[in-house]
Amino acid sequence: MKDDANPKTMFEMVPGDKLELFQKLFSDTIPHNKALGIVVLSVRKGGASMRLDWQPYLVGNPETGVLHGGAITAMLDACSGMAVATMMTRPQPFATLDLRIDYVHPATPGQPVLADAECVRLTSNVAFTRAVAHHGDPADPIASSAGTFMMATKGMPAMGAPAARTAVSDKGKAR
Amino acid sequence: MSQLLDKLAEARQAKDLSRLAAAIPYASWMNIAPENTTGELLTRMRYAPTLIGNTHLPALHGGTIGALLETAAIFHLLWEMDNAALPRIINITVDFLRSGRPMDTLARANFTKLGRRVASVAVEAWQDDRAKPVGAAQLHFLVTPAK
Repeated sequence: MKDDANPKTMFEMVPGDKLELFQKLFSDTIPHNKALGIVVLSVRKGGASMRLDWQPYLVGNPETGVLHGGAITAMLDACSGMAVATMMTRPQPFATLDLRIDYVHPATPGQPVLADAECVRLTSNVAFTRAVAHHGDPADPIASSAGTFMMATKGMPAMGAPAARTAVSDKGKAR
Repeated sequence: MSQLLDKLAEARQAKDLSRLAAAIPYASWMNIAPENTTGELLTRMRYAPTLIGNTHLPALHGGTIGALLETAAIFHLLWEMDNAALPRIINITVDFLRSGRPMDTLARANFTKLGRRVASVAVEAWQDDRAKPVGAAQLHFLVTPAK
């Protein structure tokens, strides 16, 4: 079944409940995501969805209660990064190279923000992502983003990589 | 007139920049505050373990650097121009230049162009060496200059 021309992605490699695993790794290894209270709603090969609940401490404009752009930036960065992680075929550290965010519409105070990200293309050096933040209708976004990520950066694999390590060690045990 | 602009006017009169951060819940929570100890407006994000995005390196979460750059641009707009209404962000483009180490990060904003409707702002962030920026951003804001 091994197909070298089309190697398996990490998303396909990780065993068991992928959502639970990605959520766990995501919270365990990324303290800032935990601090923001970001929840992973779904993962798939090439994409991820997350939720950020409205919190009083995330407010940027105290008169209106609208969330600060920084919280949305962090969420879109995290969601885009996870979309990249699902596409990788081997564990490797990677880092955001750039992220452009259009704030299309202010977030509605009190409402959770949802993010959907997809990894458009992954090469050995660079990954390209698109993401939207919205209140339930991705066609009516609060913010939309385009990002690029550098692959195989220095250091230890971070977010997606523990999943791959899990997958690899699990595979090792099984055979 | 908005309460925030009133607070800003008071802060300016008292020459107390720190009141800017206190007025914005997210800035307080992130420990992001403006300072002016050297004659230029700098914005500092105090290190806290909750800012980490990669525990293995360790490195700051990219989102926190984006948030610092954006907040520095907002402080710059609030402090360096006379606003009749709060500036509204249109977009931000962040370049992540180096991984942020677990320490304080500083940012400095400048107007690329200040027009009658749109302000274009450039921001750079660094840690111990200003010549080695960890991030840079270009932002556009809708602005309403007074008069």
